[in-house]
Amino acid sequence: MNKSVDNLSKIKRSLTRRNRAEARFQWYGRVAIFIGLAAVAVLFIDIIGKGHGAFQATYINLNVSYDQELLGIENLSDPEQLVMGNWDALPKLALREKFTDVSGRRDKRRLYGLLSNGAGFDLKDRLLANPQLLNTTESIWLLADDDIDTYYKSWLDGEAYAARLSDKQVVWIDQLHEQGLIHLQLNSNLFTRGDSREPEQAGIRGAVMGSLLTLVLTLMLSFPIGVSAAIYLEEFAPKNKWTDFIEVNINNLAAVPSIIFGLLGLAIFINFFHVPRSVPIVGGLVLTLMTLPTIIITSRAAVKSVPPSIREAALGMGASKFQMVLHHVLPLALPGMLTGAIIGMAQALGETAPLLMIGMVAFIVDIPGSFTDPATVLPVQIFLWADSPERAFIEKTSAAIMVLLTFLIIMNTSAVWLRKRLERRW
Amino acid sequence: MSPADTAKPAKAASKPAAKPAVKAASKAKSKPKAKTAAIKTRKAVAPKIKAAQNLDIADHQETVGKSFSDNAKMTMRNINVYYGDKQAIYDVSIDIAKNEVMAMIGPSGCGKSTFLRTLNRMNDTVEGCRVEGDICMDGENLYAPKLDVVELRARVGMVFQKPNPFPKSIYENVAYGPKIHGLADSRVDLDEIVENSLRKASLWEEVKERLHQPGTGLSGGQQQRLCIARAIAVSPEVILMDEPCSALDPIATAKIEELIEELSENFTIAIVTHSMQQAARVSHRTAYFHLGKLIEVNPTEQVFTMPQHQLTEAYITGRFG
Amino acid sequence: MAKMSFENHIMKQFDEELEEIRTRLMEMGGKVEQQLQNAVTAVTDADSKLAEEVISGDQSIDNMEVDIDEACILIIARRQPAASDLRLVMMVTKAVNDLERIGDEAKKIANHAIILAEQSGSAEGYTEVRHMGASVTRMLANALDAFARFDVDAAMSTLEEDKQVDLEYKTALRELVTYMMEDPRSISRVINVLWVIRSLERIGDHAKNLCEQIVFVVKGKDIRHQK
Repeated sequence: MNKSVDNLSKIKRSLTRRNRAEARFQWYGRVAIFIGLAAVAVLFIDIIGKGHGAFQATYINLNVSYDQELLGIENLSDPEQLVMGNWDALPKLALREKFTDVSGRRDKRRLYGLLSNGAGFDLKDRLLANPQLLNTTESIWLLADDDIDTYYKSWLDGEAYAARLSDKQVVWIDQLHEQGLIHLQLNSNLFTRGDSREPEQAGIRGAVMGSLLTLVLTLMLSFPIGVSAAIYLEEFAPKNKWTDFIEVNINNLAAVPSIIFGLLGLAIFINFFHVPRSVPIVGGLVLTLMTLPTIIITSRAAVKSVPPSIREAALGMGASKFQMVLHHVLPLALPGMLTGAIIGMAQALGETAPLLMIGMVAFIVDIPGSFTDPATVLPVQIFLWADSPERAFIEKTSAAIMVLLTFLIIMNTSAVWLRKRLERRW
Repeated sequence: MSPADTAKPAKAASKPAAKPAVKAASKAKSKPKAKTAAIKTRKAVAPKIKAAQNLDIADHQETVGKSFSDNAKMTMRNINVYYGDKQAIYDVSIDIAKNEVMAMIGPSGCGKSTFLRTLNRMNDTVEGCRVEGDICMDGENLYAPKLDVVELRARVGMVFQKPNPFPKSIYENVAYGPKIHGLADSRVDLDEIVENSLRKASLWEEVKERLHQPGTGLSGGQQQRLCIARAIAVSPEVILMDEPCSALDPIATAKIEELIEELSENFTIAIVTHSMQQAARVSHRTAYFHLGKLIEVNPTEQVFTMPQHQLTEAYITGRFG
Repeated sequence: MAKMSFENHIMKQFDEELEEIRTRLMEMGGKVEQQLQNAVTAVTDADSKLAEEVISGDQSIDNMEVDIDEACILIIARRQPAASDLRLVMMVTKAVNDLERIGDEAKKIANHAIILAEQSGSAEGYTEVRHMGASVTRMLANALDAFARFDVDAAMSTLEEDKQVDLEYKTALRELVTYMMEDPRSISRVINVLWVIRSLERIGDHAKNLCEQIVFVVKGKDIRHQK
């Protein structure tokens, strides 16, 4: 009798201590979460703050006459003539007609500097798309130069950055602004063009395509190999020292710094097998090597989680081992394998270092169309832009980071959603 | 209740310790002089059996009872099973007759499940397990190197302790066996096989409306009957059951025992159980295992009313478990 | 065949319950023995008072039968006894039945003792009664001893004694018939003596049943109704 009373009082005494410890622990958790969330918030605010501007570009409205004589072209369908055409003359003429009082070579150069030096080619594309415009005049919004763009955006924000502009250019921009002939609109170049020296013409499409091609190749290689290896190691391989050794090594590979895989790719694929540099093939191969350990490990865990009672039931029915794996283990392990694969791909999407090693750091202007076209990937593009001196590239870099983060968030979210959706209870 | 209590305290002095003195104690003579006869107080004792250490069994324990039968479906001779270096089954020889229900009972860890699993070579999946001896079904050696294990398991089905339906629909569960063994030529055939199996397992009426719902959505007893239906869908000759009712409630258990009774008309059944009452209810012959040795095999009525071996007696009456 | 033990169950409660019914059976047996002896004495000594005691004492024997039967049913319900335990419990239910019948027969003897004591007359047939009474009492005592010790040999030899009792019964019957033929006035009295020895013969049969039960418990063989 006494014992229970003693115990009760002891328990009561320890209760206060325990409750305090518990509350303390909860607070630690809350603080940790808060710090994590705060860090993420800071990151997002910073990047979005810097990058949102890149989605809009400065355009200037001018009257352009598609003067055939000026262009020097007789036949629009002749490629040679198209190449030789004097396209730059069109925007220059339009500018001169706008600002008629400009004279002198220097001032004219500055005047022409208002527009992007790709404006002429933009007009060429427009003419080719609408041949009926030849020898007509139209009012059209043309892309401004990146210095103008930087100045204009900063001027709209309140802190004008005019260091790169001459006074006259500032005056002209004021005039255009009063006339409503200069404004910001959606920057289509960002999503349609590849890399360029000129910031206003630079886009991420090339990098996105490059990433896409590389990732497709990575997925097509690493998923089957990884899943097959996991199934073999888990189901069919004999349990002896060798398989233990392999398992330890796979786990270690998952922790190897990714740049080593780049070196490996350089040494083997490029130097030995003479795979061309900077193409999605070699990028895909290197990233495959990198994600393979991750996929093998997650797939193994997924296969291990299939309860042995299902396997026994299948074997007891007279299924062969392979049938058991194919009909029962694989479908049940597939959700885990897919989430592992998606997470692996998300990791691969964000990898820069190994790809730098194999040459995807080149300056690629054209949009890669196949696995053998030279390409770069989005993280590398970001890296390159971050290095560039032009101020306009700052916001472009942040914009590209936003795009990359969006892809990553989508991929990880879909991994979680997929896992929830396919989860089965047994 | 005892008017005789008056005489008792005097005699109560001679307590159990005096066993040989029982005779003397019970011979309290009635006094010839007194008219009323004194009531004899007999202490109901019996000489104690030798204590537990005598329940040790010799290395080469002979099995008592009727181990063999004329109409044998499966014959096992001199079976020894080893897990690595450890021996689990010692020299067991037994027959299982056609269409009989043979129950295997014994304390935990006595090897009955191991023995059951040798009958359909499920022990092959266990690392380091070695089976020695002759196991034959209809005269055919089951451990011959050329024997296809997959075919064997189609002829000898198994039902496990915990119901383990595949996470597929009820239809798919039952149809899986016939599909992989190619037993059905068409969808119609398959439907028929599924329906027959579910009927034989007394499950058809309960699930015929929801054949395409997952098998894992049934109750425990229904799941186990589904597993039984799945096992009989390939028309095996022998069905092995490893404690099929241990995870089920009494009503589900009763239904399955009823089912076993019906199934025995068409199949030979070997069932491992640790419920003696269940063994008494469903089986025709009972085999008692103890520490890997087969102690006794006899018709069930005899084992539960008058077992031949004292170990069997001790286990059945609950003197050790 | 090893000697029997009803102890050492994992559940001690079960041991106690089996012990309980055996002890109570022994008590009942002792009481019945006493009833029998007293009844026979009441006849031979014409002791009506003793006979009254026997008659009233039968009630407690009936109560014992009911109680022991109930205890046996509870054991079956709770413990699901098997093998030797099962045989023991079944045997106890049958044995209390036989013992209760013996008690009834003793009561009948006592009844006749009262009638005989009221009638005056010669003590013909009392020798036979005393003789048979002694044999049957001995038989019962042996049977109960054999049960206490689970002694099959003792049970078998006690079984044989019943033949002796039957023989004595036939002999006594013939003698009593002779008395009745010799002296018709004694018929009503001798008939009572007849009932007494008939009861004694019945008691002998019941004692034989007890021995058959003992063999069933120990050997597992049912030897009833065999020659």
